[in-house]
Amino acid sequence: MAAWSRRSRLDPMLALLARRVIGFVLTLLAAAAVVFVVMEVLPGDPAAVMLGVQATPETLAALRAEFGLDRPAPVRFATWIIDLLRGDLGISYTYRVPVAGLIAERLAITVPLALLSIALSTAIALPLGILAAARQDRPADAGIMVFSQIGVAVPNFWFALLLVLLFSVTLGWLPSGGFPGWQSGIGAALAALALPAISLALPQAAILARVTRSAVLDALGEDYVRTARAKGLTRAATLRRHVLRNALIPVVTIMGLQFSFLLAGAIIIENVFYLPGLGRLVFQAIAQRDLIVVRDVVLLLAAMVIFINFVVDVLYALIDPRLRDWRT
Amino acid sequence: MSRLARAVLLTLLVIWPFAAQAQKDSVTIGQTLEPPTLDPTTGAAQAIREVTYLNIYEGLLRIDRDGKLQPLLAESWTVSPDNLTYTFHLRRGVKFHDGSDLDAGDVKFTFERAMAPDSTNAQKWIFAPIARIETPDRYTVAITLKEPTGNFLYGLAWGDAVIFAPETVADNRTKPIGTGPYRFERWVRGDRVELVRNDAYWAQIPAISRATFRFISDPQAQVAAIRSGDVDALSNLAAQEAADQLKGDANLKVVVGNTEGETILAINNAKPPFNDVRVRRALAHAIDRKAVIEGAVSGYGTPIGTHFSPNHPAYVDLIGTYPYDPARARKLLAEAGHPNGFSTTLRLPPPPYARRSGEIIAAQLAQVGIKVSIEPIEFAQWLEQVFRNKNYDLTIIAHTEPLDIGIYARDDYYFQYRNPAFKTLMEKIGTTVDEAERNRLYGEAQRMLTADSVNVFLFQLPKIGVWNVNLTGMWENWPLPANPIAELSWKR
Amino acid sequence: MKTPAVSVVVRHPALAAGAAITLLLAMVALVSLVWTPHPYTDMNIAMRLQPPSARHWLGTDQFGRDILSMLMAGSRNSFAVGFVAVGIGLGIGVALGTTAAVRGGIVDDAVMRLADFTFAFPAVLSAIMITAWLGPGAVNAIIAIGIFNIPVFARLSRGSALQVLSRDFILAARAAGKGMARITLEHVLPNIAGILVVQATIQFALAILAEAGLAYLGLGTQPPNPSWGRMLNEAQTFMHRSPWLAIFPGAAIALAVFGFNLLGDGLRDLIDPRLRRARS
Repeated sequence: MAAWSRRSRLDPMLALLARRVIGFVLTLLAAAAVVFVVMEVLPGDPAAVMLGVQATPETLAALRAEFGLDRPAPVRFATWIIDLLRGDLGISYTYRVPVAGLIAERLAITVPLALLSIALSTAIALPLGILAAARQDRPADAGIMVFSQIGVAVPNFWFALLLVLLFSVTLGWLPSGGFPGWQSGIGAALAALALPAISLALPQAAILARVTRSAVLDALGEDYVRTARAKGLTRAATLRRHVLRNALIPVVTIMGLQFSFLLAGAIIIENVFYLPGLGRLVFQAIAQRDLIVVRDVVLLLAAMVIFINFVVDVLYALIDPRLRDWRT
Repeated sequence: MSRLARAVLLTLLVIWPFAAQAQKDSVTIGQTLEPPTLDPTTGAAQAIREVTYLNIYEGLLRIDRDGKLQPLLAESWTVSPDNLTYTFHLRRGVKFHDGSDLDAGDVKFTFERAMAPDSTNAQKWIFAPIARIETPDRYTVAITLKEPTGNFLYGLAWGDAVIFAPETVADNRTKPIGTGPYRFERWVRGDRVELVRNDAYWAQIPAISRATFRFISDPQAQVAAIRSGDVDALSNLAAQEAADQLKGDANLKVVVGNTEGETILAINNAKPPFNDVRVRRALAHAIDRKAVIEGAVSGYGTPIGTHFSPNHPAYVDLIGTYPYDPARARKLLAEAGHPNGFSTTLRLPPPPYARRSGEIIAAQLAQVGIKVSIEPIEFAQWLEQVFRNKNYDLTIIAHTEPLDIGIYARDDYYFQYRNPAFKTLMEKIGTTVDEAERNRLYGEAQRMLTADSVNVFLFQLPKIGVWNVNLTGMWENWPLPANPIAELSWKR
Repeated sequence: MKTPAVSVVVRHPALAAGAAITLLLAMVALVSLVWTPHPYTDMNIAMRLQPPSARHWLGTDQFGRDILSMLMAGSRNSFAVGFVAVGIGLGIGVALGTTAAVRGGIVDDAVMRLADFTFAFPAVLSAIMITAWLGPGAVNAIIAIGIFNIPVFARLSRGSALQVLSRDFILAARAAGKGMARITLEHVLPNIAGILVVQATIQFALAILAEAGLAYLGLGTQPPNPSWGRMLNEAQTFMHRSPWLAIFPGAAIALAVFGFNLLGDGLRDLIDPRLRRARS
C-alpha cells in the first residue's frame, strides 16, 4: 500500500514534504518568538533575584549589563537566535556556566528516567493490551480495562508519594529523593531513579494498554485479517503475523509523543523526588528568572515535539494518501 | 596529610579494625541548597557562604561562632583618633592555594574590585564608606573612610569581603582559590563539593583532612542520609518537622539554634489604615506568636518582639509589649475608626515558613474582624512588587542579613517607616565606635521600633542542626551562615 | 419488564458506575456549600496532625483543620476548574474547528497550524509560565488549563465536522440553497455534539488532574480555599508522622478522575456507532 502511493504520487509528495519542512522551520521560529516574549513580560528582575535585598541600584545595573539585559529586546532576540544557529546556547544567569553543559548534565538524568519509564510502561502495557484485545469482552479484558481506568485516574505525583511512603519511609528500601550522580555507581543511581520511573510509568502504561488494545482490535477488523482467517490461519497466528505489525504504528506514535511529554511532563515527578533533571532545572530557572535557561529549554522541548509531529505527519502522509487532503 | 602518613594510617586501619571508628578524619556535611557558583561576589545565595566561608576563603577579619569579631588575615589593626583611617597589619607567610603569597596588593585589589562601578557584590554597602586604600608596605593596608562608620569592621568580616588574588579571581565561580584551611578539589554538580585540607595553611593544620558538602533538598532524604551515616552532619534541616524523627536517635544530636533571620509580618506603614499606629498595634495584639511558631516551624523558632537577633549582646527582650489579646486588638481597631475591621491583602513569598505563617495569621486576623486575602507570589515578584515598588499591604519575610536594623532608617525601604528620630539614632550608632555605647543605642532603637509597632515581629528563623554525637565543633547558631571545617573534630 | 435505567446499568456498567461516582461527588460539593463536619477553615494548632478519630473522621492537618471538611469543600474547587477550563476549550475550540472545516483553505491551515503550535509547548511547563506571568491562583490556573483544551476541541470538531460535511445530506442542503453558517448550525453541530460531550467529559477529568498537579507545585488554588492538590503538597513533609494527610486527598482526586473517565467512556460506547459495531 505504502509503496504504491509513493510511486504514483512522487511529485505531489515532494511538494508536500517541502511544504512541511517550511512549516516546521516557521513553527520553530514562531515558538522562539513566543518563548522570548513570554520571558520578556514575566515580572521580576533576574539581577535582583541574584543579588537579594541588600543590593544597590548601581550593583543591579552592573549585573544587568553583565547579562546583556541593558540592550533593547529586539537586539537580544536577534542575538539569541543567531547564537543558537551557531550552536551557542548562552551562559546561565544563575550558574554562570554555558547552558548547553547545564542541559547536558540534566539530560543525563532525565533521558534515562524517561527511557526507564517507557521501557517499564511498554513491558506492562503491550502484553496487557494484546491480551485484552485477544480476550475481548471477557473477564480478562474487563479486568485490564479497569486497571487501565485506575491507572489513568491516579495522579502520578500522588502515586509517587504513596511509593515513598511505602518503600522509603516505612520499609527504607529505596531513597525518597535526590540523585547521587552516575559516578557513584550504577546501582545507587538506578535505585534513585526506581521510584520516579515507576510513578511515571503507571499512567503511561494505562494509556498505552488502551491504545494497544484498540489498535489490535482495529487491525483485527481489517479485510486482510478476515482474509487470513478465512484462509485457515489460527487466531493466534493471525495476531502474530498480521495484526501486531499493523497495530504497532499507532502504538509507536504514542510512545514517541510520550517521550517528548516525559522530558517536561516529568517536572512534577522531578519535584516530588528532588531529582536534578531537566524539568526541575527549568522549574527553578523560572522562579530564579534565569530567563536564558528557560528560553533554551522550552524551545528545545518545543522543537522536539514539533519535529516528532513533523515526522509523524510525513509518515502518515506516505502511508495513507487519504489523510493528505480530504478535498482532493 | 603526606602520602607516608596516609599509608601508615591505612596500615593501622587494617591492623586494628576496631580502631577504625576513632581514626576517622573526614567529614560529610549535608546541606539543603546547592550553591549556584562558588564565588561569593557573584550573588547573594547563602549556599555559597555555607560551603566557602572560612573554608576556602578568608577575610581580614572573621566572625566566630558567638558572633564576635576576630582577627584573621589581619593580625592587628589600628584606628586613627578621628575614626577615619583603619590600618591593617597583614599576617605574614599566608599563601593562596595556588602557591602565591598574600600581600597588601591583593587586599587593595579585592576591595577596589568590590567598589568598582561594574561590581556585582551583593553587599556593596560594606565598601561604600571607603574613600581610598593605600599600601604603605607589602603587609600594611591603610583604608581611609569618607566618614566614621561604626560597622565598618563588622562588614569586613562577612563572606562578601574575603580576599582574592587578582590572577585567579576570574575562575572563582568554578575553581575557587583562597587562603583558607581547605582547598577546593571537585564539584559534582547536583550532588556535592569536595574539599581537601590545605597542608600549607598559615595557622594550625586542622584535624579533618577531607570535607564533602552534599546537597540534599528532600527533607525525607536528609533524614535517611543522616540515619544511615551517609552524612555526618546536617547543618540546617530543610523542614523543621523532620526533627521529630531524629530526636530519639542515640547516635545523633539534634541542636536547635538561631539564625540571623528575623521573621516579620511587614506592614506598609505609609498606606492607610496602616499609617495609624493603633492599627499596627492592633495587629500585634491580634497575632498569637506561639500558634504561628507551632504551626509554621513546628515550634522551633525563638519568639522576638523587635527587629534584632537574640544572639546579639545588644538584644532587648520586648516580647511582652503586645501580648496576644484579641479583645484589646478589637478595641484599638475601634479607636482607630475600624469597629468592624477592614479588608486587606497579604503577599507571601514561597518559603514554607512564610506561606504557613501567612495562613495562620490570616485566620487569626479574621478573629478580630480583619479580612485578609492571601496572595502567594514568587520571590522575583516579591522583590519587584513588594520590595521595590512597595505595592503591598502586608507581607511575611525573614530578614536574614545580620545586624540589619539600619533598614528602618531608609525612607525608601518597603516598610516606609520614615521616623526622623530613628534616623538620627541610627546615624549616631553609625559614628559610635565604642562598643558598649553602641549597644546601648541599639537597645534604644529596638524599643523605638517596638513602640511604633512598625512591623509585627514574629520569630527568629531556627537553625536545626543534626550531627553524629562523636562529631564536635559544628556551629549551633548561625551569626553568619558558615560551616568552618577547621573547627570540627572526631571524639577519640 | 426492565425499566430503561436498569437496562442501561446492565448493558453499560461503566457508564452507570461513572455516573454514580460523578453524581456522588456533585452532591458532596453541593452539601459542602451548606454543611461540613467542621468549618473547613477553622484552625486549632493544639489539635494539629491528629490521626483519624470519631471527632475528625479523616484526621487533622498541620494547622488542626478537619481533613474531611477540607476534602468536601475541595470538591467544589475541582468541579469549578473542570467546568470553566472545559468551557473555555469547548467554546473557543469548537468555533475554531468548525470554521476551519467549513471554510477550508487558508483558514483551515491557519487554525490547524495554531493547534499544532499550541501542542508543541509542554502543557505543564506552559501552565507554569502562565502562572509565573499572571501570578499563581485558581483563575490563572484555570485559564492555563483552558488554553490547552482549545486545540483538543478544535482538532476534534474539525475532524468530525469534515466527516459530516462529506455526507450526502450536506450536498442536498447546499443544493437547497442553505448557507454554510446555517448548515453548520443545523447539520454539523447536532451531528458532532455527541462526540464533543464525550471528549468534554474526558477533558473534565484531565482538567481536575492538571489543576491538582499545578496546585501540588503551589501554583493552583490558593488558601484558604481548599484544593486537593495543595493538600498533597503540604502533606509531603509530614508524611512520616501523618500518612493520612497524603492518602485521602490523592484518593479523592483519583476517584473524581476515575468517575469522569468512566462516564466519558460509557457515553462513547453509547453513542459512537463504530465502536458499537466493533463490540457486537
